[in-house]
Amino acid sequence: MKAPSRNKRPGFSRRAQYGLFFSYVIAVTGILVGLGLVVIAHVDPTGFGVIRGGALDATAPISSAARGVVRGAGKVVDGIGAYFYAGSKNAEMARELDRDRAALVRARILALENERLRKMLKLVDDRGGSVAVARIVGSSGVSSRRYATLDAGRAQGVEPGQPVRSPEGLVGHVVDAGMIASRVLLITDSSSVVPVRLARGGAPALAAGRGDGSIEIRPLGAGGNPFNRGDIVLTSGTGGLYPPDVPVAVILSKDGDVAVAWPLANPAQLDYATVEQPFAGLPPPPEPTKTAKP
Amino acid sequence: MRAPASSAPPTRAIEIRAQVVPIVSTLLGSATALMPTVALSPTWPPLGLLMLLAWRLLRPEIWMAWIGLPLGLADDLLTGQTLGTGMVTWTACLLLADLVEGRLLWRDYWQEWLLAAIAIAFAMVAGWAIACWTGGATPIRLILPQIAISILCFPIIGRLCARLDRWRLAIGKIRAQD
Repeated sequence: MKAPSRNKRPGFSRRAQYGLFFSYVIAVTGILVGLGLVVIAHVDPTGFGVIRGGALDATAPISSAARGVVRGAGKVVDGIGAYFYAGSKNAEMARELDRDRAALVRARILALENERLRKMLKLVDDRGGSVAVARIVGSSGVSSRRYATLDAGRAQGVEPGQPVRSPEGLVGHVVDAGMIASRVLLITDSSSVVPVRLARGGAPALAAGRGDGSIEIRPLGAGGNPFNRGDIVLTSGTGGLYPPDVPVAVILSKDGDVAVAWPLANPAQLDYATVEQPFAGLPPPPEPTKTAKP
Repeated sequence: MRAPASSAPPTRAIEIRAQVVPIVSTLLGSATALMPTVALSPTWPPLGLLMLLAWRLLRPEIWMAWIGLPLGLADDLLTGQTLGTGMVTWTACLLLADLVEGRLLWRDYWQEWLLAAIAIAFAMVAGWAIACWTGGATPIRLILPQIAISILCFPIIGRLCARLDRWRLAIGKIRAQD
């Protein structure tokens, strides 16, 4: 076997010895600078947004071009998989359709009634419009943070802080924006917290990402765990940023005080996502009451 | 710095190629993070780091320890990690390799793999710790499979580096067999 360090030992040459010494000085200084960058990221997470945005602009077209190929291949596999158990699946879907038809009729009646009541109350729906519709072209597979890349940037009006949703549900919010691409913090990232409420009953809760693709739902009310398997949680709009009534996740299991849920908008399957204006927050009540309930 | 092994004078193109190939291949390893897949959990091995370690262990003389700074910064920008993560962990890995190599009298395949495994595990746990500290506290069990995959990938990357090394130095064409 070869000797470990060929040509690395400088020998008796003073100049070569100094060269090696200075290379170590540079390396250690660089490590300290790197640690400084990490500290800055800890103190100010949006720092270096310009540099990160520029890098996104340079790299997003590569992911964007190859994304179609990957999706095509994925569709072929899914298409073959759909043929297995086709008969039993068909029967099950027919039963489900019968069940859902009744629910659909009830929902239509409710929608009509809702519209009528809204008109009576003269509620103004001052929801911010959508900023851009963009494709999700990639994600961070290496890092333990959960980011996705969108192929729309400042040129399309995308700014950091805007919420991102898809027809299926909430995706996340923009953290870095370049000129033609932007980075989205997914709701499954462990630093993401979304105020939600239960679709059935409206119990308030917080949806925090767990970093492994699932979401933890923590109820805000004391006493008991109000969630059941299969319940859907919606954004509540509390505190602004995320608009209300966007589906977030479906609950899979209860785990003590909290529930584990799976996001309804699976970023791996998404084609398009909509970037929206940040929700300004719920309007204040028209008449401030003296006995404000928490 | 590098003494040619044969008497045939290397051409200018090969000189440039010899300098550029390790850097470009490491950057390409980092760029695999641009793969158009959307991952729900960290699964993809950090190929940039694997390429860096493979080059470092194969050819200790081509790089000084500070090369981890620019390459690590490029990796941070390509993979979207917190800036500084790659700079710190990669340079620390190179310093670790220097430190260990000065004390070893001989080296074989298993030692090389063990050294790489320690460096990979260190770099990924440090990256995880930095990600936790800057806002995304994931449980460490999520990155354990990624560390295992990366360690198992290392011999393949080592082979790839060796092939690239033969091409880059034109060994067997204008130089003698090493």
